[in-house]
This record gives sequence, C-alpha cells and structure tokens, in this order.
Amino acid sequence: MTSHEPAGRPTVVLVDDHAMFRAGVRAEIGQSVDIVGEASTVAEAVATIAHLKPSVVLLDVHLPDGGGPAVLAAVRAQAPDTHFLALSVSDAAEDVISVIRSGARGYVTKTISGADLTDAIRRVAEGDVVFSPRLAGFVLDAFRDSDIGPVPSADPELDQLTPREQEVLRLLARGYSYREIGAELFISIKTVETHASNVLRKLQLSSRHQLTRWAADRRIV
Amino acid sequence: MGTTMTASRPFPPPPPRDPVSAPPGVPRLYRAVNGRRLGGVAAGLADYLHLPRWVVRLGFILLSFASGMGVLLYGAFWIVLKVRPGERENPRRAAIEYVVALAAGAIVLLANARTLPLGWWFLPSLLACFGAALLWRQASETERDRWRRLSRTSLTAGAFDRVGLLRMVAGVTLVLAGGVFILAQAGISAVGVGLVAMLVTVAGIGLITGPWWLKLVHELSEERRERIRSEERADIAAHLHDSVLQTLALIQRNASSPREVARLARSQERELRTKLYGAGVPNGQFGAALHAVAAEIEDTYAVTIDVVLVGDAALDARLEAMVAAAREAMINAAKHAGITSVSLYAEVSETEALVFVRDRGAGFDQDAIGPDRQGVRGSIIGRLERNRGTATIKSKPGEGTEVALKMEFS
Repeated sequence: MTSHEPAGRPTVVLVDDHAMFRAGVRAEIGQSVDIVGEASTVAEAVATIAHLKPSVVLLDVHLPDGGGPAVLAAVRAQAPDTHFLALSVSDAAEDVISVIRSGARGYVTKTISGADLTDAIRRVAEGDVVFSPRLAGFVLDAFRDSDIGPVPSADPELDQLTPREQEVLRLLARGYSYREIGAELFISIKTVETHASNVLRKLQLSSRHQLTRWAADRRIV
Repeated sequence: MGTTMTASRPFPPPPPRDPVSAPPGVPRLYRAVNGRRLGGVAAGLADYLHLPRWVVRLGFILLSFASGMGVLLYGAFWIVLKVRPGERENPRRAAIEYVVALAAGAIVLLANARTLPLGWWFLPSLLACFGAALLWRQASETERDRWRRLSRTSLTAGAFDRVGLLRMVAGVTLVLAGGVFILAQAGISAVGVGLVAMLVTVAGIGLITGPWWLKLVHELSEERRERIRSEERADIAAHLHDSVLQTLALIQRNASSPREVARLARSQERELRTKLYGAGVPNGQFGAALHAVAAEIEDTYAVTIDVVLVGDAALDARLEAMVAAAREAMINAAKHAGITSVSLYAEVSETEALVFVRDRGAGFDQDAIGPDRQGVRGSIIGRLERNRGTATIKSKPGEGTEVALKMEFS
C-alpha cells in the first residue's frame, strides 16, 4: 500500500512454536521476502534476532516459555533497527494490546493471505504501522470513553485520539486501505501513515489505566 | 522355625514387582516367603522399607519388651498381610506357625491384662492395631497407594531434614515427659498436674504428627483440584471429538473443493472460539446478534466475514431492524460480488449506531438497478427508513460495494 518500493527484499525471522505454521508461511511468502531464520522459543528467538538483526520479525503472541512481549522486552535494545509484526491466531484484545504496547509495529491474524502478509511485512520494514481492521476496532473501543481514570495524566495529548485519527481508524476498521482512506478524506497517503503511527504511539505510551483493564475485561474474538 | 531359610542378606535386592497390581515404582507390602524366619513379616517389611532385615527384626524384639507389643504387632501384620501373588507357602507349616503366633499373642494379652498401669493401655492399643490393619485390608488399592505415598512423602521427608529431626525429637521428648508425669502422679489425686501432663503429651503428639496432618489435608484438596482438572480435560476431549475431529474428517473428504474446505474450517474456527472465549453467544445484545447473522451467512455462502465491533447495546426493535438490514447487505455481497471475504464494522455509541458492510467485489452501477430489485430497496433502505434510520449504498462497477446503515438514538 505504500507509494514507493523498498530498496531491497526485507530480511525476516519467523518466531512461532508450530513448525508446521512456519513451514506454511515460508512456502507462502518465501518468494517475496528473505526468511533468514526461525525460532520456536523465547530464548531461541532472542539469540537468533540479536545475531541476525533482521529487518522484520514475524512474532507469535503465544510461545511456550513466555510470548511475544517477552521476546520484545529482551531483544529490542540489541536490535534497535528491527521491526516487529505480531502474528497470532488469537484475536483477544488482551493479547493484541499487550504485544503492541511492548513495541510491535503491527498486528495481523494468522488467517491473513500470503499477499497481504508480504505487503504488511514490507510496510513494517519501512517503519510503517500495520493496523488490521480488528486492531483498529480495539483501539477505537479502548480510547472511546472520555474518562481517563483517577490518576491525572502526565501528557493528556497521549490519552486522546484527535477527531481525524478517529476517522482514519474507523475507515481502517471498515476494511479500507491507506490509499482508499486518503481518497476518502482528501489527504495524502503519507498523512494517513502519519496518523496511523501517531495512534500507535499513543497506544504504546498512553498512561490511560483503563487501556489494560479494558483489554483484560474484553475477552472477545 | 526358620528351618528352610537361606542366609539372610543385609541388603536384599528389591523384590520383583507384580506388573498388574502394582505399577513400577510403587512397591507393595507383602509377607516374604523366601528368607523368612517366622511368618515373613519382618523380612517383607524390611524389603518394603529398604532396611536391613535385622533392623526390623530387632525392632520387633525391642517392642516385645514393651509389654509384648512387638509380638502383637507381628501377629497383626501376619494376619492382614498376604504373600506376593505367584508365591506359595508350605500350607502345613503356615498353619503351625499361625497357631504358634496366636498362642503367643493370647499369652501376651492375658499377661498384660492383669498388670497395671500398662494394662489399661494395652487393650485400646491392641484394638487400634487391629482396627488399622482391618482398614488397610478393606481399603481400595488406590487408597492404599495414597496413604503409602502420604506417609512416605510427609512423615519421612519431614523427619530426616534438620528441622524435621528437631521437631521429632522435641515431640518425642514431650510425649515421654507427659507419660512420666502421668506415671509419677498416678497415685496422687493431683488433677491439675495430670492435666498439664496430658497437655504436654498432646502437644508432643501434635508436633510429631502435625506436618503429616497438614500434608494430608493439603494433598486431599490437591487431589480434588486434580479431579476437577481431569473432568475438564475429559469435557474438552469430548468436545474436540464431537466437533474438531468430525470437521477434519469432512475436510479430508472435501479436499478437492477449496471453497468447501474453507467453509468447514471457518465454521469450526468460529465454533471453537465461541467455546473458548464465549463470543457470539446470543445474549440479547446487538453485537452478538450481528455475530450470529455473520456466522449464518458464512456457513450458507462459504465466505469469510470479518466482524469488527466497537461498543454494544441491548437489542430493541430498531436495532433488530438494523441487524436484519445488515444481513441482507451481507447476503448481497456474498451472492453477487464474487468475493470470498466481506468486512462488517459496527459501532454503537450513546447517540447513534453505525453499520458498514463492505466488499471488494464486482460492484454495480446504482443507476442501472431496476425497481424490481427488492433486495436493496425494500429490505435495506426501506427497512431503515421505517425505523427512522438511513441507508446509503456506495458502489461502482469493479470497485466493490459499501452499504452504510445509520440510526440515531433520540
């Protein structure tokens, strides 16, 4: 969905505890990206990522010895240029929010098509943010109430979405691509991308206490 | 006695285990047939406890000096314990030994019944021994195993570390002290001292057996939890069998039809998610109703509908009309757009409800739709208008279709 092609093929590390799923992903996207490594546990993932420093890590949210957030916490400092795209069968808000708040740049479900996954990897490699419709819905829901909790926020700007950001998210939730959103709102794709990454930043940094509570309460799929 | 025995070895090898009645690692207590001196009780006990046989025998002999307790214990064991399955005793010898043992027991019993002060201790202890032996014999195999495990893990484990040893010594000391008190004051009518002695004794017994009781209670609740867990596992296994395995079988039979495979997989996925997370269970809410119609259309038309929901509200007549209109829009997309996936987005706030049904399919020219196309006009636009809402349709040939439904709450 981006306007320009990436300089080279992104290098990718697959982190998933199901060998069959890794093989499937490899078969589907191996033509268009360079899969340089695989890992099936948190420890393996940390070692592989720190060693290979790929441009993108496809990260399963659930791993037997921890999970996506544990990998992110352990390895982000060692591979600052690596971007993480979370990939999971779970659509639970709790999982989505926790892995995004740990630093992932996007979240897609495992039912995503090979072409869409390749596209998402490219965008994440370029530093963009990947919002699936469901993630957009979660964010809208989480930021919906005006109540931001008993603790006054250090940075109130982080705790609210602007009307424009809400519009962008709503269109993302309706299944629009960045290009279509740009056309709908009469703005450039670049502006749409900026709005999306601002929303991601707010999602990661906001001190809205009910963000976590909301995610935990809402065990919906 | 002991005429046929071989030289007793200080460390007998672990006896071969009966593969049916005792799983590996769970030795059972039997009377020994080989290497026994009398009834095989001491030898069997030694094998079971992995102690040298002479230690156990010495224990019985020493206990016998305590008013013949050892003799009685031995007799009780003899009566309740069986020999290992597959081994046979010489029946005549066994009968003779039995009679000898019973006679010895009777003599000990009679001798003690007359002597005070230990005499009045004697019958209750004897009864307790026989009671315990009977319980042991009546208990089911699993119960025995549990008791054995408990005694091994709690009593011995507790006793052989430093703290456990101290506790044991303190407890035994207190019990002895209490006993001495009682004996020393037996003649004097000193109720207060007797009471103190009793308390000391009880405290000692508590110290010795306390950990065992705690452990017993703990293990019992642990076991209850384990039972609940295994029931849950059985429940899940039954569910997986009824649904997932059936679906997998169907998928294999339909392997040549990708659309059918996708439909089956999707339907199974939805069912499993409902089971695991409880989503989409009809509960009188707008969101659940939308999930339900989306599921129905997925199953009927073999498409995937991605439902994204923000907010929720209780269903009323107007929202029901909205769900029905959304259903028509999804059916249209599934039937006419020539696609495999449809997006459904719904948002409910305090002031309004919005529903968007979008596909990236064929699209159509809105002006070219004849008045006979009731699907759109009647069941979507008309339905919303009758309920003070609006429906707008955006479509161009080749660019897909989006149906937007909007309803304001007054």
